Amino acid sequence: MDRIVYLDNAATTPVDPQVVQAMLPVLTGPGGNPSSHYSIGYEAKEQIDTARAQVAAALGCLPGEVYFTGGGSEADNWAIKGTARKLARQGKKHLITSAFEHHAVVHAMQALEKDGFEVTWLPVTADGFVRPEDVAAAIRPDTALVSVMLANNEIGTIQPIQEIAAICRENKVLCHTDAVQAVGAIPVNVKELGVDMLSLSGHKFNGPKGVGALYIRRGVLPDNLIDGGGQESRRRAGTENVAGIVGLGAAIELAVGHLEEKQAHLVALRDYVIGRVLANIPETRLNGDAKNRLPGNANISFAGLEGETILLDLDMRGICASTGSACNSDSLDPSHVLLAIGLPHEAAHGTMRFSFGPQNTMEDAEYLCSVLEEVIPLRRAMSPVWKPLA
Amino acid sequence: MGMYSEKVMDHFAHPRNVGEMPDANGVGEVGNAKCGDIMRMYLKIEDGRIVDVKFMTFGCGAAIATSSMATELIKGRTIEEALGLTNKAVVEALDGLPPVKVHCSVLAEQAVKAALSDYYRRQGVDPEPIVGKLTEDCHACEGGSCGV
Ligand SMILES: Cc1ncc(COP(=O)(O)O)c(C=O)c1O
Ligand SMILES: [Zn+2]
Repeated sequence: MDRIVYLDNAATTPVDPQVVQAMLPVLTGPGGNPSSHYSIGYEAKEQIDTARAQVAAALGCLPGEVYFTGGGSEADNWAIKGTARKLARQGKKHLITSAFEHHAVVHAMQALEKDGFEVTWLPVTADGFVRPEDVAAAIRPDTALVSVMLANNEIGTIQPIQEIAAICRENKVLCHTDAVQAVGAIPVNVKELGVDMLSLSGHKFNGPKGVGALYIRRGVLPDNLIDGGGQESRRRAGTENVAGIVGLGAAIELAVGHLEEKQAHLVALRDYVIGRVLANIPETRLNGDAKNRLPGNANISFAGLEGETILLDLDMRGICASTGSACNSDSLDPSHVLLAIGLPHEAAHGTMRFSFGPQNTMEDAEYLCSVLEEVIPLRRAMSPVWKPLA
Repeated sequence: MGMYSEKVMDHFAHPRNVGEMPDANGVGEVGNAKCGDIMRMYLKIEDGRIVDVKFMTFGCGAAIATSSMATELIKGRTIEEALGLTNKAVVEALDGLPPVKVHCSVLAEQAVKAALSDYYRRQGVDPEPIVGKLTEDCHACEGGSCGV
């Protein structure tokens, strides 16, 4: 294949060469244990502290409020299970979340349901938003936590977290947001948002995989998820992934440093693709609000087709994209996100997510559109749904 | 390496016998759009032999490849031979399928049988004793794994 056009940046992103440069000395250096008491141990500890300061600067919090984890899923699990277990001891066994969270949140909540917690799954609007008034209405005296994502990973819609967090504060309920898709894509300031906890993941903003962080506001004390040694101020055990943490620190600094430029670039690509596809290919629809969405996210349904068909046709032409969400590609079920915004099963099946990154060019966007304009009519011509029996 | 064999990808990229057939004398459609797979088979049968076959498929890569392969396996064959087509034969001819996609081959077998049933019905013959009972819906849905 001569040309690879990577349009699945919501699934993961390529590591920025500058991030690799920052990580290399950690991987090739003496590699002391950050908990050891000699110079190379201290050096590793300092490298982690630098990264912590970089994350804190990006999020607008104190370095002591940043805890490194093994990724976004762990951060979500910690925030949710740690808070639930802690507050259950005070008789609070009710949790609130939305119907279109990432599986890291959905399955953590479901695990708690099995343990006797009660979860309220808030509906979302047809254009992809949780309504703050629904959060307010769902809060009870025994509510421990509200967890609503900042940006949806499939349809990219940006949730009114500031309002939701304010409602939580008024009601003295803790508020967590999964900002894995948002950090590095839109401005994220934890103080402005007013959340108590926020999850992020390095590999979504051109950092390494398998490393993330949980912001925990000072004074908020969820139970530990990983027990063991005294790392991360005794709150997250395990010898630190020093190179990964250093990479995450470098990546977040780069990502927020050029955010406005990056956003403008991505919006241009996104809106070009959405505009051209909707204009040139009949019976297509954009999922999620057209404006209040991640700069790099285009999620489009193609009537009469099944997403995997499109995925394979694109792959044969060097384009990497995803059907609904990458996490779901082993399952026959349509995406719970698309069903939550009210798409019928048929339409949900024929949905593609194109997610752009800083490395993509307008040429990539044009190439995608011309390939779609070529393959969609060909596959529709052989679709019994597109051409029903007379 | 992708999830599919080269044979599957070949049939996906270059489906054989695809399209509509206005003068078919047996047409069958199985599956449902809700679960994500629909196959339609058109047969032209003369003197007990399938002289032409065409298919239309909505579904994943495996759904398209299995229906394409099924048409190749029955084209030019007698009705009896076509009735003997199993999903296993389709899978083998494609050099295998991932386990989650085996239901597509079941659907391909069912599509052929549905078209043959329609042929018999048009001849005024009750197809059930010959073709057997059709499930019409896909295997995965019966098992509930489609989540509908
Ligand atoms: C919204 C959201 N939350 C959580 C995750 C999980 O993050 P990670 O892959 O780092 O565990 C992802 C990405 O996969 C995501 O998009
Ligand atoms: Zn099915």
